[in-house]
Amino acid sequence: MNAMILIALIVGGTALLSWPLGRYMKWAMDPDVSQGLAAKCEQLFRFIGGRFVGEQQNPKQYLVSMLVFNVIMFVVSFGVMALQQHLPLNPDGQTAVEGSLIFNTAASFTCNTNLQHYSGESTFSYFTQLCALMWLQFVSAATGIAALTAMARALAGRKNMGNFVLDLQRGVFLVLLPLAIMVATLMVLGGMPMTLAGAAHATTLEGIEQTIARGPVAAFLTIKQLGTNGGGFFGPNCTHPFENPTFWTNALAMISIILIPMACVWMFGRIIGRMRHAAIVFGVMLAFLLVKSAGAVWFEQAPTQAFAGLPIEQNVGNLEGKELRFGAPEGSGPLWSVLTTSTSNGSVGAMHDSLNPLTGLTPMIGMWLNATFGGVGVGMINMFIYIVLAVFVAGMMVGRTPEYLSRRIEAREVKLAVIALFAHAFFILGGTAIFAATPWGQDTLNNTGAHGFSEMLYEFSSASANNGSGFEGLGDNTVPWNVATGIVMLLARFIPIILPLAIAGSLAAKNTTARSSGTLGVEDGTFGVMLVATIVFIGALTFFPVAALGPIAEHLQFMK
Amino acid sequence: MKSLIASIRLVAATMLVCVAGYTALILAVGQIVTPDTANGSLLMDQDGKIIGSRLIAQRFEQPRYFWPRPSAVDYDGAGAGGSNKSPTSSALTERARQVVVQHGASADRPLPAELAAASGGGLDPHISEHAARYQAERVAKARGVPQSQVEALIKRQAFAPGGFFTPDRLVNVLELNLALDSPDPKQ
Repeated sequence: MNAMILIALIVGGTALLSWPLGRYMKWAMDPDVSQGLAAKCEQLFRFIGGRFVGEQQNPKQYLVSMLVFNVIMFVVSFGVMALQQHLPLNPDGQTAVEGSLIFNTAASFTCNTNLQHYSGESTFSYFTQLCALMWLQFVSAATGIAALTAMARALAGRKNMGNFVLDLQRGVFLVLLPLAIMVATLMVLGGMPMTLAGAAHATTLEGIEQTIARGPVAAFLTIKQLGTNGGGFFGPNCTHPFENPTFWTNALAMISIILIPMACVWMFGRIIGRMRHAAIVFGVMLAFLLVKSAGAVWFEQAPTQAFAGLPIEQNVGNLEGKELRFGAPEGSGPLWSVLTTSTSNGSVGAMHDSLNPLTGLTPMIGMWLNATFGGVGVGMINMFIYIVLAVFVAGMMVGRTPEYLSRRIEAREVKLAVIALFAHAFFILGGTAIFAATPWGQDTLNNTGAHGFSEMLYEFSSASANNGSGFEGLGDNTVPWNVATGIVMLLARFIPIILPLAIAGSLAAKNTTARSSGTLGVEDGTFGVMLVATIVFIGALTFFPVAALGPIAEHLQFMK
Repeated sequence: MKSLIASIRLVAATMLVCVAGYTALILAVGQIVTPDTANGSLLMDQDGKIIGSRLIAQRFEQPRYFWPRPSAVDYDGAGAGGSNKSPTSSALTERARQVVVQHGASADRPLPAELAAASGGGLDPHISEHAARYQAERVAKARGVPQSQVEALIKRQAFAPGGFFTPDRLVNVLELNLALDSPDPKQ
């Protein structure tokens, strides 16, 4: 009961907080008037970025700027990781890292995924964690916010999308940094480590030597949550007591995971000047989030099946892979798993591999849809794809002109939208099929049968959704996994940014049509229902077969 | 080309502010305001030698101590992790069987479930008050003290991690064991 109140408070409270933040983000990302504080910031950003910042970019130029900066992000982080053994701030003497793992990690953090085929505490120095990974957690998240801002500007009918270098600075310095400073301070006060000292060496009460890894955790953790990055400082992410020491840090982390993705919807609404439309989209996203949360918490109440028949109490839910300090772990663990995969965060508060089979399906659903809030900026961009299709399908069904924000949706827009959706499905289904059929996948499983299949399916879902969580039993630090998921992450990051921005640019170039009785509204409940139906049908038709082979098969086989 | 130069300037600015500035600021808050937890909540003995961390479980096997939850990584504080086994897997059944034997659980006295389930990081420092009471008899016997004294100690140490939201109370295993060892167990 108390757990349900907590869920309502966290999701509901964050939804309320997202409203003022969305307003602020509109001010920060797309200021109306160039005077006062906004103008001062602008001056500073022009100083930092140089004269280039003053240029207005069309969609193509904006995308090129974004890609150039992202290539540099990749190169810089790759360099830092490759040279870490020669760089400072390495108190625990971390050594050189294998090439394919560096490629995977650089790709993963550049594209805001934070899929990790390593354990931070035994692989990377503090220098790498801060200058490569934490840095990318700021700038990759800001890339997403900038992309959404640009898309919204185009949909608002502006011919120019703004300037990427300016938008990125706004995202980093005005949105992410102030929030990160506030939340990280609270995390430190909540008991999280923040030190540059190397591991502590203890002799336990029973006389055993124990090495206790620590580090600048609070700073890293905070931006990983706020920016829907999700990469853990330590291997087991937020189940590690240092990365999540108390009930309160756990609650604050969950709020941080969904806060900016929620606020992005309001920012989008404000830029296009259609708040009622934004409210409908927000409502649709929230409905998916709540249904998945309720489902996951419900399925996790079944006790650990492996303990059936042993003299073990069966009156609590499944506790394998969960932490007691979060309170009602069989509730907070699955809630976190839904929040982290509804957004493209990917941090974990319980081990997803050890969730009950149908609970484990809910995070996968989150990643397959990838638009029920989604990653910072990009979640709303993904939702735009579904909106385009919903408008188109609804228009076809009732014989009305498919229009979005007074502009006609035609063959070109629909084609691009379908390619974006198809790419996501292709990466997940194709990747899983190849690895399930070859030793690349088969030899790396930690579980047998249907659950083993789920491990591979989850890994590709996570890579393609730019999520980063995993069924971590999978022995994924192999060259085939590193290369394959690295490529999938990069393609699945940039295709769903480039295509929607192209759609938005193509819409912006069209003449507006006057509203008539034949116009299909996007600001009422009917549209909301149509959007839900589009998401459910596309998602179910694409992914039900693999769900049946993995989690559903396991549930039917084992759960009583 | 212009884009490239602007990007490089961006790298420099964001590195300086978000990596150096932000890290230094949070580091200062931690080291000045909460140095104890910022350095890992370490516990020392009288000679200043590190015993462990309040937040990190350590292995206990002697009957005179309370035992923590199982750990898939054998309480490795430098390589944490979970079992990542499916809750339907026979490997978990096998592990649970061993734990049941260690604790001497029986059908009349079933084992609290968390004592059979490994935590996500393998370092969960807590067990429930209920699971501590379950072990009180063994600990009291091994120490030759009345069980009521051990149970009183558990009661004193138990806390609700989230106040109103979490009615189930927990105890920190290492702190409880330290209290057992202290010359005046009332403290």
